[in-house]
Amino acid sequence: MARPSSRRPGHNRKAQYSLFASYVVAMTGAAAGLLLIGVAIFDPTGFAAIRTATAEISRPASLGLRNMVSGVSSIDEILTAYWRAGSQNVALRHQVEADRNRIIEAKAIAQENLRLKRLLKLVDEDQSDLLTARLISSSSSSPRRFARLNAGRWQGVRTGMPVRASEGLVGRIHSVTPNTADVLLLTDSSNIVPVRRATDSVPAISTGLGDGTVEIRSLAAGRNPFNPGDILVTSGVGGVYQPNIPVAVVVRIEGEIAYGVPLANPSKVDAVVVERSFEEAVTRGEPAPAEGVVPEVANNATAP
Amino acid sequence: MIDPHLQHVPRLGRHPSRFRLTGTPVITVMLGSAITVLPVIAQAPVMPPFGLLLLLSWRLLRPELWRAWIGLPLGLFDDIMSGQPIGSAMFLWTVMLIGIDAIEHRMVWRSYRQDWLIASAGIIFCIAGGVFFARITGGGNIKLQLVAPQMLWTVLLFPFVVRQCARIDRWRVMA
Repeated sequence: MARPSSRRPGHNRKAQYSLFASYVVAMTGAAAGLLLIGVAIFDPTGFAAIRTATAEISRPASLGLRNMVSGVSSIDEILTAYWRAGSQNVALRHQVEADRNRIIEAKAIAQENLRLKRLLKLVDEDQSDLLTARLISSSSSSPRRFARLNAGRWQGVRTGMPVRASEGLVGRIHSVTPNTADVLLLTDSSNIVPVRRATDSVPAISTGLGDGTVEIRSLAAGRNPFNPGDILVTSGVGGVYQPNIPVAVVVRIEGEIAYGVPLANPSKVDAVVVERSFEEAVTRGEPAPAEGVVPEVANNATAP
Repeated sequence: MIDPHLQHVPRLGRHPSRFRLTGTPVITVMLGSAITVLPVIAQAPVMPPFGLLLLLSWRLLRPELWRAWIGLPLGLFDDIMSGQPIGSAMFLWTVMLIGIDAIEHRMVWRSYRQDWLIASAGIIFCIAGGVFFARITGGGNIKLQLVAPQMLWTVLLFPFVVRQCARIDRWRVMA
């Protein structure tokens, strides 16, 4: 086939001008696109309001589809469970026997803990949970890792709030619209979380890699203190995340860097919990904000 | 029993509605961009950019259909849906369409393989450009190898998408 000739307007003056004008419009528009990106370099969430309409319109569709497929997504797990079912069954029975004793011990410790706290007149009040919602869709074709949450400003969700599942940390709120919110997932390459090793509090920083894993760099100089299998939890430094939320498990060591896999898989978790920022949860209800002292017992009478 | 397909026979002399002629390509590209509405919580950039694939298919199947500025509104819609910074696809898609126009003047012979080559260059340009824009707008240190699999299967998916596009096109022009 020879080349199409439709782009050659010939001697028709009007068609020539129209073609020229279309290129002028295209060039100007492309320059405007670059300008918008230039603005986004300094203010990444600046034009997030443009997304409000489509986010709101697509929410019911995503939610409906999510409800339909929530059973299908775990089908691979069900299939692998049938494989080697017999030997697995025996191993699991042994595991249950071993765990039962541990649970009884843990219950006794929990009771003792409660009794000791009562002796000390400490009141354990955790008011950090805001609401429970579901992740309904995500930026699956973009190199950034965002997931859309089925709750927004009208439900009290604000930018910067941490999002977690029962298994561990999922991410934090990046931008909100009236009924939806975008969650910056733990694995996004711009999401940096201060963590520590659960057993001995070795501090580190977790950065997403964008491919479902995180990179963990120790804050201490010298050789890499991590080993495969180490569990990392949030340290509470920085004031965004509550301390002791499970984050990731180390799977591989390469020189100074350890690679980890997040404990909460956002595609598998059924519901996520939006929490208040740690700073806000601790200092909430303070009568005079000028005081630098954090009250030991949070006052639940007033909430901002 | 009469085959239901014979009830409505496309004939010469009938004209499809104007909306069907101009609206179908735009709507299909927008539906391709809206693929992110699917409830897939992806852990990596795995989904091929269907909006881009459909835009390329229509552009290469029907060169007379659109001027280069169509990349602006369609790109803006794609940016809104995809989670990329606003302006990213607006810029990349328009520049890609202008580039295809420029190449078309220079190519003497065109066939299916040249179309695939042009589409591959366009796909690689747009995905790599998307990574660059995501990186400079606060995306952290995103590596290009992160999107390499996505590039590969988007290029491999192009022949399939262009066939489906041709099928829709046949329905579009036949009243």
